[in-house]
Amino acid sequence: MYKIVAIQTLAPQTKLIIVHAPEVAEKAQAGQFVILRVDERGERIPLTLVDWKPKNGTIVLIFQEVGVSTKKLGSLNVNEELFDVVGPLGNPSDIKYYGTAVVIGGGVGIAPCLPIATALQKVGNEVISILGARNEKLLILEEEMKRVSTKVHISTDDGSKGHKGFVSDILKSLIEKGNSIDVVYAIGPSVMMRAVAEVTRSHKIKTIVSLNPIMVDGMGMCGACRVSVGGKVKFACVDGPEFDAHQVDFDQLIKRQQAFIAEENLALEHIEKHGGN
Amino acid sequence: MGATRLQTKAKPEICKESIPMPKQSVEERTRNFNEVALGYTKEQAVAEAKRCLQCPQPKCMEGCPVEIDIPSFIKSVSEFKFDEAIKKIKEKNSLPAICGRVCPQEEQCQENCVLGKVGDPISIGRLERFAADCEMTKGKDIPNTKASTGKKVAVIGAGPAGLTAAADLAKLGHRVFVFEALHKPGGVLVYGIPEFRLPKKIVEAEADYIKRLGVTIKPNALIGRAFTIPELLKKGFDAVFIGTGAGLPRFLGIPGENLSGIYSANEFLIRVNLMKSYAFPEYDTPIRIGKKVVVIGAGNVAMDSARSALRLGAEKVYIVYRRSRKEMPARVEEIENAEEEGIVFKLLTNPIRFFGDEKGWVKQMECIKMKLGEPDKSGRRRPIPIEGSEFLMDVDTAIIAIGRTPNPIIQLTTKGLRATKWGTIVVDEKTEKTSLEGVYAGGDIVTGEATVISAMGAGKSAARAIHEYIMKK
Repeated sequence: MYKIVAIQTLAPQTKLIIVHAPEVAEKAQAGQFVILRVDERGERIPLTLVDWKPKNGTIVLIFQEVGVSTKKLGSLNVNEELFDVVGPLGNPSDIKYYGTAVVIGGGVGIAPCLPIATALQKVGNEVISILGARNEKLLILEEEMKRVSTKVHISTDDGSKGHKGFVSDILKSLIEKGNSIDVVYAIGPSVMMRAVAEVTRSHKIKTIVSLNPIMVDGMGMCGACRVSVGGKVKFACVDGPEFDAHQVDFDQLIKRQQAFIAEENLALEHIEKHGGN
Repeated sequence: MGATRLQTKAKPEICKESIPMPKQSVEERTRNFNEVALGYTKEQAVAEAKRCLQCPQPKCMEGCPVEIDIPSFIKSVSEFKFDEAIKKIKEKNSLPAICGRVCPQEEQCQENCVLGKVGDPISIGRLERFAADCEMTKGKDIPNTKASTGKKVAVIGAGPAGLTAAADLAKLGHRVFVFEALHKPGGVLVYGIPEFRLPKKIVEAEADYIKRLGVTIKPNALIGRAFTIPELLKKGFDAVFIGTGAGLPRFLGIPGENLSGIYSANEFLIRVNLMKSYAFPEYDTPIRIGKKVVVIGAGNVAMDSARSALRLGAEKVYIVYRRSRKEMPARVEEIENAEEEGIVFKLLTNPIRFFGDEKGWVKQMECIKMKLGEPDKSGRRRPIPIEGSEFLMDVDTAIIAIGRTPNPIIQLTTKGLRATKWGTIVVDEKTEKTSLEGVYAGGDIVTGEATVISAMGAGKSAARAIHEYIMKK
């Protein structure tokens, strides 16, 4: 049913898969996600849609093999099938003409930036991209982002490519140089999104982040993905995943993301001992 | 003369005590997730069925939301005609193995049982379960359905309401597609009610029966996002039934509630039941349970959560409830099971805030003692905080089980569908018809959180109304 049509390794431990999921492809919009399961015993894994082709009935997903579930996903071959795919889930991005949009992606978070940058550019925005990664080898989708941006800036933690440091440094210098920025989209690790929010806050630049808290059903039923936004409890799955960065309680989000670290390590040990299934 | 006639008529022998249901021992069952109640043997079932007085005007039937001919099926059981018994039940109820386990019979059919006036009422639920389980172990029959009408109906949600509507519509000869958002059919029966109360293989078997009636169940289909209701109608469905339930968790809204280690009952039960995290790491979805677990609320969901926590290895599990024992909404049977298993009840107690450690994990809960005042709108006495009675409890896991609200996605994505400010869908009481032509709704999405059987009753009346509507079309 949800057959894997193609697999590509983009960077160490980072893969792109094209999956046959016509009902998702028909309805998908930038900013939305799917939930998939690899097998009958699998976790529900939320992944943001990177691209979709209604004509072919396919969707594109990018993921990093970090935990048991993503490792299992990464071990599948072309023509194998995913057990479940449901979507599109979540609210689409609010795509409209802002003027100049800065789109910031960190690590595998560059992947969900691509459809947003593409859609923003399509409606006439000037898109400036800032891409960050730990090192050059882990940097993904640079060419694709170039196609929809007037300028692409790069930062790496170790300086192996572009600016040595963080994406937020580049954003700061863009603002200081007097670039007029109408909106900032930032997707990546929560600490990165928090840093971006802090840079734009005093300049009152509208900043949108796509949050990735722990999720189970992804349809508003469990509340695992609850986040504090402007002092109110919101569910990232149905109220988001995108929120006003200046309203998000990132400290709480980061703590909640750590809730199952011990279990995740246990699961990794288990899979090393017993193999996948 | 009249008097002598009465004397000569054979008076049925009244057996006041019902046959108890065998259960797993407390010691055994708190260490596994297997079903607690083991079901009657044939002999026990027949003996219990023989207690039935076979009233000419059976009161029990008045208490059954799905109109089962209760005395007839019990008579069949008493005569060892188990096939006939289940056939009789299935004329009206497509999910008998489930209802026999989770219906609150003590408030419905059994409450009305005449025997209840002098002793124990007939154990109708246990007999229903027995008849259903008998059939399940025997094999599969192909049920009778009417000739195809050529009409197509979409059912949204494969929970008790949706599955019942689907089964009844299929029996009438309509082509039925059930769209389920989760990866498995069953709704609350698979994500909410634990294995030890309702084994998932029973739900699977009942869903299989509904598929054998010709119903197509499509999992992973979130209507509202994937397709909208107007699109379904445009795609050639003659009618739509919405049975999307009350699946949204309610939180307390008190400080510290977003600390790690605090779950909604829904999250906790979805992890444990649907994702089988009790078998982690054989299954991939984790659950973390601490030593001291507190469950807020005293309904069936709270009992299910508390008993699950115990089975996952918690040392101490508390139920914290702001009213008294009398007001607890859970079934008596479930409260008794929980108590037997060692769950501690802290009644007339209300949490007011949570405190966490440096990692953001819950470590304490502050509570206040309550007393009962005048009855409120629900008829239950209103709990009032006792000033100065605040105290702290050490806890490392908290489960919030204070109720669930309707799923909003359909209401948000269907123009013209009337809903209340509580998010329930407005329907005509008799026909379950919504404000949209050809669109019906029933179950928790209409009533707010209620029982499996009342949702099934609504699915049944909606099926009847949908049948009438599409046959006239």
